[in-house]
Amino acid sequence: MVENDRWSRMLAHAILILGVALVIFPVYVAIIASTHDGQTFLSGTLPLLPGTQAWQNYTTVIFEGRSRAGTPPIAQMLWNSFIMAMTIALGKIAISLLSAFAIVYFRFPFRMFFFWIIFMTLMLPVEVRIVPTFQVVADLGMLNSFAGLSIPLIASATATFLFRQFFMTIPEEMLEAARMDGAGPLKFFRDILLPLSITNIAALFVIMFIYGWNQYLWPLLITTDPGYYTIVMGIQRMVTGGDSEPLWHLVMATVVIAALPPILVILFMQRLFVKGLTETEK
Amino acid sequence: MSSIRIHNLSKVYADGTHAVKGIDLTIRDGEFIVLVGPSGCGKSTLLRMIAGLETITTGDLYIGEQRVNQLEPAQRDIAMVFQNYALYPHMTVYQNMAYGLKNRGWQKSAIEERVRKTAQMLEIEHHLTRKPKALSGGQRQRVAMGRALVREPAAFLLDEPLSNLDAKLRVQMRVEIKQLQRRLQTTSLYVTHDQLEAMTLGDRLVVLNQGQIEQVGAPLEVYQRPETLFVASFIGSPNMNLIPVQAINHPLNQAALATLPQQTDILGVRPDKLLLQPPTTPHIQFECSMTLFEPAGAESHLYMRLCSDEHNLVMRVESMSELFQQPSFTVYAEIQHLHPFNQSSGKRTDS
Repeated sequence: MVENDRWSRMLAHAILILGVALVIFPVYVAIIASTHDGQTFLSGTLPLLPGTQAWQNYTTVIFEGRSRAGTPPIAQMLWNSFIMAMTIALGKIAISLLSAFAIVYFRFPFRMFFFWIIFMTLMLPVEVRIVPTFQVVADLGMLNSFAGLSIPLIASATATFLFRQFFMTIPEEMLEAARMDGAGPLKFFRDILLPLSITNIAALFVIMFIYGWNQYLWPLLITTDPGYYTIVMGIQRMVTGGDSEPLWHLVMATVVIAALPPILVILFMQRLFVKGLTETEK
Repeated sequence: MSSIRIHNLSKVYADGTHAVKGIDLTIRDGEFIVLVGPSGCGKSTLLRMIAGLETITTGDLYIGEQRVNQLEPAQRDIAMVFQNYALYPHMTVYQNMAYGLKNRGWQKSAIEERVRKTAQMLEIEHHLTRKPKALSGGQRQRVAMGRALVREPAAFLLDEPLSNLDAKLRVQMRVEIKQLQRRLQTTSLYVTHDQLEAMTLGDRLVVLNQGQIEQVGAPLEVYQRPETLFVASFIGSPNMNLIPVQAINHPLNQAALATLPQQTDILGVRPDKLLLQPPTTPHIQFECSMTLFEPAGAESHLYMRLCSDEHNLVMRVESMSELFQQPSFTVYAEIQHLHPFNQSSGKRTDS
């Protein structure tokens, strides 16, 4: 076992604290920056203590938006992001539950072939296929729509694989018992598999919601209509758009607000999330 | 309730394994049949074919008057109890029991009435709102039984239902299952590898070996008159002693051995039929030496070895005797308690 003497413990803590500090510091800077007025940033040095403009900055960001940068008010972008993240998370879960169900419980030709195809796409991130995907979405006329924002990101090898692994831990007798009880495949799926997977679904929901929320490149490519801007890309627009210097205090306020929903999702679903990743119900 | 007729039933798996080889069996209405055999003998496969969980390669299966080869499990009007119970972990006991009825489109009130009645019979009515996780092994076993009973099926299939319980509970549940079956008079098929369970539960035993039926008969009949060497060695605990005739072929036994049927080259004798005193009836005798004495309370087991050819035997005795301290002692067996077999055919020779 690890030696438990005083010095090694202190060293371990020092390293951990240093690591945490490295991660926390930028977040801290963002929060601090969002409480100062625009003038502060022009001097070139970042203050490390809270300013007095917090209330004003946040109300400006939330209610007025930055008309000059061509971005809609932040509420609109938050809503867009929320719709996109929810559609992606729920869509991914629905699709991968069904495909895992098919792969585990049905015998059809090329079953393992399809499984491996799905598995191999795990290695391809969105960015790799982004040009052809853009072409497809453009040809289908889905630019500047929620469908275009979410559908191409819904197919998920990761979730399919996770559900497959989970389904395989469910004893076969469960299926047989359900068959004896007169449950067809879909009934078995709805009445047995779905309730049993609930913690896994919650865990994946958290991961996928954050994945969808943090999408940056894809919304940047396919939306030109400010009505469909998401918050994450909206921040980019705020920085680069407009003729004047970026209004860093407002950008930072937006950043802090944009970071809130994922944090809230995690906070609310933490218990289920941890359970879903660690526990297998038998 | 109905009879089950199995005609020339076979199962060949995709990999070529011939698990069940042409089985013929008729199970009468209300009968309790126990399928018994060592692991891999095809007993579970046979049960699962009857349940509809395995397809039938060849042969016919009738439940009642209907040929059910092609029917889905749920359409066969049978219920099954699984070895690991296979209770739905996310449902309460009530929901577990009601699920099959619900899927059959029963009215809520009718389901409620039937579940309560069944739960009462199994003494689990206090657990109806609990989940399987919160129950003990024995209680889960009851719920599994309840889930099968609640439908009042034509036949009951039980796949080693007691093997997950501890020894004490197993005996208790065994008795209860027997009583329950007596009361309900439901045709039942019970699979086990435990020959004690088989002996105590069944109206008739079906001894299976390598996908084939070795013997069918009432438990005592099978015990008292095993038709094959396999049955002789499988049924009974401790195992029947199987002694090669040539090992005891000495002058004192000549007269007795001459009365045996032709072709007999193996003699079976139960451990409790070996004697330490010479009986008055015709008998055989042989010299043995002790290898191990195993006290087990009411009776004890004496492991010994034939002096003539090192063949191991076991004998049921009341207690440790002075006799066993000697380098060798004489053991007797009455002719009427010998089971004559032929080694190469594996069959009884006096039939």
